[in-house]
Amino acid sequence: MTIEKHQHVTEVSRSVVFNESDHSSPGEQVDTKTVGQVTVDSPVISARHVNVHYGEKHAIKDVSIDVAKNAVIAFIGPSGCGKSTFLRCLNRMNDTIPNAKVTGSITLDGSDIYDRSQDIVQLRARVGMVFQKPNPFPKSIYENVAYGPRIHGLAGTRADLDDMVQSSLRKAGLWEEVKDRLDNPGTGLSGGQQQRLCIARAIAVDPEVILMDEPCSALDPIATAKVEDLIDELRENYAIVIVTHSMQQAARVSQRTAYFHLGDLIEVGPTEQIFTNPVHKLTEDYITGRFG
Amino acid sequence: MTNLVGSTAKSSSQAKVAASLRRRYAAELRFRAYGIVAIAIGLAFVVFLFSSIISKGYTSFQQTYLAVDIDYAADTIDPEGTRLPDTLSAADYQAVIKASLRAQFPNVEGRASLRHLYGLVSNAAETTLRDQVVSDPKLIGSHQRIWLLADDHVDSFIKGQIDRKLPESDRPISDEEIAWLDALKAKHGVETKFNLAFFTSGDSREPEQAGVAGALAGSALTLIVTLILSFPIGVAAAIYLEEFAPRNFWTDVIEVNINNLAAVPSIVFGLLGLAMFIQFFGLPRSAPLVGGLVLSLMTLPTIIIAGRASLKAVPPSIREAALGMGASRMQTVAHHVLPLALPGMLTGTIIGMARALGESAPLLMIGMVAFIVDVPHGLSDPATALPVQIYLWARSPERAFVERTSGAIMVLLGFLLLMNAVAVVLRNRFERRW
Repeated sequence: MTIEKHQHVTEVSRSVVFNESDHSSPGEQVDTKTVGQVTVDSPVISARHVNVHYGEKHAIKDVSIDVAKNAVIAFIGPSGCGKSTFLRCLNRMNDTIPNAKVTGSITLDGSDIYDRSQDIVQLRARVGMVFQKPNPFPKSIYENVAYGPRIHGLAGTRADLDDMVQSSLRKAGLWEEVKDRLDNPGTGLSGGQQQRLCIARAIAVDPEVILMDEPCSALDPIATAKVEDLIDELRENYAIVIVTHSMQQAARVSQRTAYFHLGDLIEVGPTEQIFTNPVHKLTEDYITGRFG
Repeated sequence: MTNLVGSTAKSSSQAKVAASLRRRYAAELRFRAYGIVAIAIGLAFVVFLFSSIISKGYTSFQQTYLAVDIDYAADTIDPEGTRLPDTLSAADYQAVIKASLRAQFPNVEGRASLRHLYGLVSNAAETTLRDQVVSDPKLIGSHQRIWLLADDHVDSFIKGQIDRKLPESDRPISDEEIAWLDALKAKHGVETKFNLAFFTSGDSREPEQAGVAGALAGSALTLIVTLILSFPIGVAAAIYLEEFAPRNFWTDVIEVNINNLAAVPSIVFGLLGLAMFIQFFGLPRSAPLVGGLVLSLMTLPTIIIAGRASLKAVPPSIREAALGMGASRMQTVAHHVLPLALPGMLTGTIIGMARALGESAPLLMIGMVAFIVDVPHGLSDPATALPVQIYLWARSPERAFVERTSGAIMVLLGFLLLMNAVAVVLRNRFERRW
């Protein structure tokens, strides 16, 4: 079954290369088998021909895609398709995994993040991350948010730090709920509050891009709705990349959607078009719930 | 019931389930019973051990004293009347005690009987008198009833460890001695008091003067060296191996070797210490410094293994969170991983230290087994350790060393319990949930 699908992919992808030249897509032209528009005007992140190997396993196969400013892009696809792996390439979290090898180029504002001169600490200050399971530090709420500004030396005085903590918590929509108990442990909050605390922690260092790896998969529907509203608000100031298993969520929060399948980036396009009128057969099958 | 079972296939499988349920519950009950029996056996051993040690050893915390009317005869202590400290310290207090005892028991005659009489009090009594007189020369010429330390066989007899019904030749105390003691007792001249000297003095050939202070100080000094060396090195090694080292052939080799080191018999470490620290580096023999070095070699693998286990137990999500915030690896470890792993590391360290405290074999190899009277004050003073002291006393023939052996075991166990209590308190105080 898997082999059959895979053959299908290569077959279609050949025909896509012809289609690509017909489209007049914004930005540069990229030689890719992906259907749709992988490029955008003045992207904040652009990945070109990225391959990821875990030892023998080829996890990401020649993926090229741009991330636009002030917009949300959703990565969808069945489990094990490589969407989280690709997300973690964008702030080099894969560096911690031994025998993971990344090739190709990923640029942030035009400079290669895998370049030798790129400082990984600085990169992660510019590209924040929110994880699948809420993972606040086992410290107070205040300390959780203050941690980033503190290690990066962003706040000169205690008052500055207080302001940063307050504004980050406000932006994350958590301030009203926690302002009276900033000294309580962050781990004592509910799951949804913890995840918003993690978002507050990420935005406290004022990154350019926020990566979210299935941020709502551990949350109930009400908490999910709050986080989704928050993502929509954050779009004004940040570029957001979200990996999600929920197609409804992708449809609700994102402007562009990318569909991954077995390490290939199959199709990228405006969210509305992907969900209403997918071009690729595999995308259509996934959207309509035939597999995945 | 019968027609229910027989009526459908479903009810017949239900019956089978019911039958197997009975078997399963029986197995569970049996398993629980085994567990309870195992715990009961273990507890019985502990109770037996403790009751045997305590019943034998509690008497070592008490010591018999005899009241003697001392005649501070001026012509014996200071015949020239100079009252010079040198004269006072050099005086023959043995003679004073002997004369006073003779005066108290005027009917005693014959060399053998007199020797028995003089033997009632410990020869430490001489020192007691000297200290008294040197600090207060006005005593000279007066009569005082003072309490003198009894000799060990008197002490054992008073504590009831020697049966007076035995024939005289079978007990270390003679009939006439018993008679004198009875006479003294009738005049309220025999008393057992708390044995402070047991905790303040060093080892001695005379059981009534022997104490654990020297061994306790030796153990404490040794453990301080062990802690100072093995905790930082062990924690640093655990952090490096767990958080920074690449996974390759060499780290595998190191890991296997650390695990092997933890299983090496401790006497081998003693031999290593003898060859390396004493022969090669020329450090002093019998010193707590060398003892501590040897015991740190022994404790290091324990601390490293415990440290790595507690680092492994820190959820990776915490590391990811910190790394994702742009913390460097060092910051991730120092700010987040280490505080979470520290309670486990401390527990492991204290378990290792407790093992080191109870260790005697490696200390024998480096000469901490010597008979040492002085309480050690520095790392290079000759010293012995509690378990070695127990071993030394257990070999001694005097009846009174039996109770002191058990007493020293109680002190050692108390020390261990204290350390474990500290471990529990530390763990509870620093443990954080996530």
